[in-house]
Amino acid sequence: MKTSLDNPVKAALAGRLLEMADDELILAHRDSEWTGHAPILEEDIAFANIAQDEMGHALIWYEIRRSLTGDDPDRLVFFREPSEFRNVQMVELPKGDWAFSMVRQWMFDTWEWLHLEALEKSRFTPIADAAKKIRKEETYHLRHTGAWIHRLGRGTDESNRRMQAALDQLWPYGGQITWPPADYQLLVDQSLMPGLSQLGARWKEKIQSDLVKANLQLPGSVPVSFSRDQHSQYLTALIEELQQVAQLEAEARW
Amino acid sequence: MSCLSESSVWEALEDVKDPEIPVLSIVELGVVRTVSVNGDKALVEITPTFSACPAYQVMVLSVDAKLRELGARQVEVRTILSPPWTTDWLSDEAREKLRQFGLAVPARHGGKLDAAIDAGAAVCPYCGSSNTRQTNSFGCTACRSIAFCEDCRQPFEQLKPV
Repeated sequence: MKTSLDNPVKAALAGRLLEMADDELILAHRDSEWTGHAPILEEDIAFANIAQDEMGHALIWYEIRRSLTGDDPDRLVFFREPSEFRNVQMVELPKGDWAFSMVRQWMFDTWEWLHLEALEKSRFTPIADAAKKIRKEETYHLRHTGAWIHRLGRGTDESNRRMQAALDQLWPYGGQITWPPADYQLLVDQSLMPGLSQLGARWKEKIQSDLVKANLQLPGSVPVSFSRDQHSQYLTALIEELQQVAQLEAEARW
Repeated sequence: MSCLSESSVWEALEDVKDPEIPVLSIVELGVVRTVSVNGDKALVEITPTFSACPAYQVMVLSVDAKLRELGARQVEVRTILSPPWTTDWLSDEAREKLRQFGLAVPARHGGKLDAAIDAGAAVCPYCGSSNTRQTNSFGCTACRSIAFCEDCRQPFEQLKPV
């Protein structure tokens, strides 16, 4: 199904695609900050690859959105105000220590895995096709970050302490991932997008069971739900860096 | 008078390489999915190996240039994602070319990706030993990982099974 969407549905779908793309883009940017700085060479390579993959996935969602709205992905990325971005705060927080970035990536990979699995059933063919493609690549991410969660959780007192601290800091942000955007129910009703609260529950369940095996605890704090137009203080500086070169000469041809 | 035909387009695309794997054409790599020709217009559907492959845009531009050289007046290179690219599509001949290039290719997995990854590293492209191990599931490009051969003591690269 490609062309039979009425306007309110199309607008809602474009809104959701923007959120999905922005999540991937901003996470990719934060991940890329490890390039040249990761604790060991193999992880430098791995995280650079993961960053690159997420950037590719962002582009896929922006391109599908373009087929609905005509918006050029480069314009969206390089010429939007920070307040117009719709990523969750979890991905915009500074990269922190290695444990923080690893926990964040793993939490996001786990979410993405479940989300993509559900998106494969979308009645909107371009989304279902993209989800199948992306999930294959995400297989590598989740295996990699999952192994590190286990290794660092069960490693030394120091690695366990850092992992638990990262979890305690990140977990409250988790609620934002399942906050539905405007008119999202239209998309669920038409089987274009999955229901988010049910996915959120499965996400928590999966995270919890993996954490137990890694000798880590799900924080007692409840994830706070708030909409995606609310950002932390950190997004502005990130966007400024991301857009710096493009904005030097807006009409430059690359 | 244009001599554009589907077979001439397929043949011309045999000259277009993946810049990161220059021993294979994009046809051998399985990136080219369909070709259709209408008068002097050509439509080529291609699919990326990995979503973020930085060589992909080079391939798009190379296809366009190659077909214009062939006489096409209008070229459309369309990206399709379904079915997603898989290493299973590499022919035995392509696998041999990659081996000679120093790049191992995983055995065909028929869609059982987790099993393929669990099976570990591919056969060493240098000495043919199966006594190999995966050392990093990520490598110098999105489509490669790094392995080590316990017999000839050589690190080597392999295509990630997808």
